[in-house]
Amino acid sequence: MGSHLRAWLLWPAVLLALCIVASLVSVLQFSFRTFIPGSLDTGGLTLANFTGLTQPVYLRAFFNTLMLSVETTVLSLLAGYPLAYALVRAKSKAIRSLVLVVSLTPLFLGEIVRTYSWIAVLGNNGFVNGMLRKLGLIEWPLELMFTHLGVLIALVHVTIPVVVLMLATSISHINRDYEKAAASLGAGPTKTFLTVTLPLSMPGIIASITTAFAWTFSAFATPQMIGGGRVPTVSTLVYQLGFSSMNFPLAASLSISGILLTVVALFLLGLLTRRLRTVGGH
Amino acid sequence: MRIRNSLPLPLRVAGPLLVALLLAFVLLPVVVVTLASFNDKAILTFPPDAYSLRWYGRMFTYPDFREGFKSSIIVTLSSSVLALVIGTLLSVAVKRLEFPGKQTLVAILHAPLVIPHFTLGLGLLMLVSQINLMRSYGVLIVCHVMLVLPFVLRSVYVSMENLDIRLEQAAASLGATPVKVLCTITVPLLAPGLFGGWLFAAIMSFSEFTASLYVTTQATQTLPVAMYNYVREFADPTLAALSVVYIAVTGLILILANRFMGLSRILNIEGEGHA
Repeated sequence: MGSHLRAWLLWPAVLLALCIVASLVSVLQFSFRTFIPGSLDTGGLTLANFTGLTQPVYLRAFFNTLMLSVETTVLSLLAGYPLAYALVRAKSKAIRSLVLVVSLTPLFLGEIVRTYSWIAVLGNNGFVNGMLRKLGLIEWPLELMFTHLGVLIALVHVTIPVVVLMLATSISHINRDYEKAAASLGAGPTKTFLTVTLPLSMPGIIASITTAFAWTFSAFATPQMIGGGRVPTVSTLVYQLGFSSMNFPLAASLSISGILLTVVALFLLGLLTRRLRTVGGH
Repeated sequence: MRIRNSLPLPLRVAGPLLVALLLAFVLLPVVVVTLASFNDKAILTFPPDAYSLRWYGRMFTYPDFREGFKSSIIVTLSSSVLALVIGTLLSVAVKRLEFPGKQTLVAILHAPLVIPHFTLGLGLLMLVSQINLMRSYGVLIVCHVMLVLPFVLRSVYVSMENLDIRLEQAAASLGATPVKVLCTITVPLLAPGLFGGWLFAAIMSFSEFTASLYVTTQATQTLPVAMYNYVREFADPTLAALSVVYIAVTGLILILANRFMGLSRILNIEGEGHA
């Protein structure tokens, strides 16, 4: 190919890559700058933005974010496994298509539509409370909006599709002869599942854990709209610092710390899952 | 077969029941928001006492939604087409050429998959303010191209894997210039994969919210940003009506896409292995 064509193939992608790098460099650079209240300009180099993050309000946000990520990962795996299993193993093709289409819907709803729909479900006058009150089961509404539990429910909902896709890929690769062998050697269905199917689907489980964790860590619309400021996470505080206090240096340092925390958490998860992988035997 | 039949009765009932409950959980918000949109009352209440279509009317007359929709169409069309062009050119380069920094370039362009949208949005906002650029459509479009490009790349790359290179060689040996080969052989053969990548990019861009929130202004706010601002100001079910229309239109597009080219192909599920 001529060098002319070569340049045309490459320069748009290179320009875009430069924009990505420049944006990330700006975050990094702002995080080491002094905040000047009331101004978008920044002062000299400082570490104050990072030391400022040890205040309880930020530590709480880190803790909330970590907890939500862990809980969402566990719950979406528990919910996703039966769906993925049905998606691959159901005898009827109609059921397999139904499971596929329904499991993927949250992916295509869009952040705002999905989160708003959950507000309609969880709100004080929403679906859950309305129905419970109609049935005479409660007098005062259950507190679901603006709570950790409410945010968690909506986060699990959006994480299910990715987990189902990853688990289904993994389950569909299992050679069923292994299961038949276990059964013919006298293992019951539960034992066959626990000792053969589950360990063999470990690659999908590990991929799901990593993705679900990272996704939840970067979620913004759900904690912002359902948490309503009462479930502060890294993402909601970054927004608040940027747009309410105009403290971009602190917002930047919080962002950087969030990414570092994710990297460390994923590294630890990697060590943990390496043990799981050896249990899987492959 | 022996395995399935040997399942004890409670398990045979419990399994399907569990799957049905999980599917109900996934669909619950869609059903509830649909019911809410027909509620006559000006706040969300359940179950509705009276039904009306008034919120569907308000949805079309609320100026911010009209403006937001216009912005969203501009941004979605520009960014998905740009991402498709950049992604296709780059895929050809990565597949056919050797150049220094290839791995690094590909890694950087995939970074937005793992970097939170709020960090990228914040970064772009600060970058723009540093070089004294206005937060215009241009910035918003670049932002969306960054976010959707990894999906386009994957889609294009998978279909390039399935492309028979001999067809291109035949065209070249018959005297076609490289550009002509690209336009008459490569691109038409890749078309289904390209369309799938473009569609996915367009849906992602149209619904993108977090990064857009950082880089839009009142004048350029996209529909999701306008919707977010609406919830903060009003409690009436107009947004439920808009959600229903959004879900219906997205659903229709996906059904049509599935009819004509197969959803699994667009999502590249088959690219990962057999189904």
